[in-house]
Amino acid sequence: MEQKRRRKKISGADLAFRICNGIFMIAFVIVTLYPVLNTLAISFNEGTDALRGGIYLWPRVFTLKNYTTVLQKDNLITGAYITVLRTIIGTLLALVTNAILAFIVSRKNFIFAKSVSLFWVITMYVNGGLIPTFLLYKSLGLTNSFAVYVIPGMISAFNMLVIRTYMRGIPDSLEESAQLDGAGYTTIFLKIISPLCKPVYATVALFVAVFQWNSWFDAMLYNRMSTQYTTLQYELMKLLSSVSNQSSSAEAMKNSEGSITPTSIRAAATIVTMLPIVCIYPFLQKYFVTGLTLGGVKE
Amino acid sequence: MKTKKLSKIEFKHQRVLIVWAAIICLYGFIFYYVPLVGWLMAFQNYKPVLGVFKSEFIGLDKFKFLFEDESFIRVIRNTFAMGIINLVCTFVMAILFAILLNEIKTKGSKKVVQTISYLPHFLSWIIVTGILHDALSGSGIINELLMNFHIISKPIDFFAHEGYFWPIVAFANVWKETGWNAIIYLAAITSIDPSLYEAAAIDGAGRWAKIKHVTLPGIKPTIMILLLMNVGNILNAGFEIQYLLGNGLVQKVSQTIDIYVLKWGISQADYSLGTAAGIFKSVVSIGLILVFNNIAKRHGEERLF
Repeated sequence: MEQKRRRKKISGADLAFRICNGIFMIAFVIVTLYPVLNTLAISFNEGTDALRGGIYLWPRVFTLKNYTTVLQKDNLITGAYITVLRTIIGTLLALVTNAILAFIVSRKNFIFAKSVSLFWVITMYVNGGLIPTFLLYKSLGLTNSFAVYVIPGMISAFNMLVIRTYMRGIPDSLEESAQLDGAGYTTIFLKIISPLCKPVYATVALFVAVFQWNSWFDAMLYNRMSTQYTTLQYELMKLLSSVSNQSSSAEAMKNSEGSITPTSIRAAATIVTMLPIVCIYPFLQKYFVTGLTLGGVKE
Repeated sequence: MKTKKLSKIEFKHQRVLIVWAAIICLYGFIFYYVPLVGWLMAFQNYKPVLGVFKSEFIGLDKFKFLFEDESFIRVIRNTFAMGIINLVCTFVMAILFAILLNEIKTKGSKKVVQTISYLPHFLSWIIVTGILHDALSGSGIINELLMNFHIISKPIDFFAHEGYFWPIVAFANVWKETGWNAIIYLAAITSIDPSLYEAAAIDGAGRWAKIKHVTLPGIKPTIMILLLMNVGNILNAGFEIQYLLGNGLVQKVSQTIDIYVLKWGISQADYSLGTAAGIFKSVVSIGLILVFNNIAKRHGEERLF
């Protein structure tokens, strides 16, 4: 009897906990998703109608015009092209170089392994700062060029450490038996270690690709004058600041472009910019979870 | 004699490693170490035509200017304040979220919530600040809700009042990073020995008691390590969002050291002053990292014995 009552009491508290937790999670999901879904609804809604407000999760007057307008803007097309290019080239370069470096410093017999490691770990904590870096890039001729997106940040100590941690987990016996068969380090790297490192390569590729896709500051700082190297995020930023500065100029735009308003254009551009990542990331979860846990173990 | 010969063979064998290491370190030297030479500019009246090696040295004048500049003092305060507020808020929320998510026993819904929780991390600050502008504008959802519940009678202009800026920044950081930061705590929670929960259940512990006496102590080492690692990075936590959300009306509370560097160093082209402000930030950062790494180490030792 006593036993029974206690169990019932616990499960009552348990039920209350579950309900509260459920409510918390639902609230969390709403707060996370609503702003994105709202932007999506506005992007499919007729511009002038959207100014009246009251659009939440579904467009009131459906139109594709915002998207057709966005996809015809030259600067956005250039931005998209450069962004795709820098994401692909930047990711490939970063992956190859970080993998080579991680391979070098994870060789137990390599005489300089420790010093090379230290050389890179220091860069995580000490850096010249914005102005000296800016002047360096300028004197190297990296300003007003595409290279500034993919060369300077190519090797990063963090990504190197993530790969290194993973490589250290591969049994030495594999390398030793390959060496007995007469394989050099190049063969070991390409034929033995790299195929085993596919998961961690995917992780680092994901980190770099997201970083490249979302970058805007380098475009603003180094390529402000070269519109041919503009990026999607930077163009989006210009759209945003022009809207928040002159939201009343909607009328002027309306006359020239029909029912398009800055707000609806911006919503469509935002969706276009986030779409690739939002579609891809759910399928890559296991990779970034591994990456974060590997990155946590630094020593 | 024998070892020397061996190392010679080894050396030949390792030649390819040495060559690659040299190339990569040359790259690292140019892009990470050469800028440090630029620190000299902070002690000079730097003129681009003369360069770092010929410009006139003026000692600590630029630093003197910095610390007599009221706006720089304010910028330091803003950077620290927002750094600490963000750190505390994102930490508490990530831990809370990880613990509560772990309590969901239906696998499907847990997975769905977790997947959704990562989403904001993958959005750029440009997009996040755009969304915030919409949500907090005069006709945005927040004002609409507040008016519908009769909490306010006319829309609040959130971006025009200094008092709202820090909370907005903190909220944005929490919104963007909670799910992402929770990943590492969830991993830590999964590695807690299940028999501890069983033992607690036998002792009659309910959910709260289990969280308090098993889960929290179980992830405490992870919390401590991450906290100490992040405290050192407080000063690095303030650029993009403040730059994108700030405006003339709130600049007294919105500007951070990085924005100050950008404003003086790039826009006003006072490279020396910008560098001096950057050095101040770097030195304080490194100091914080060293101090807290030391504390972390000592803490670790205490745990060992």
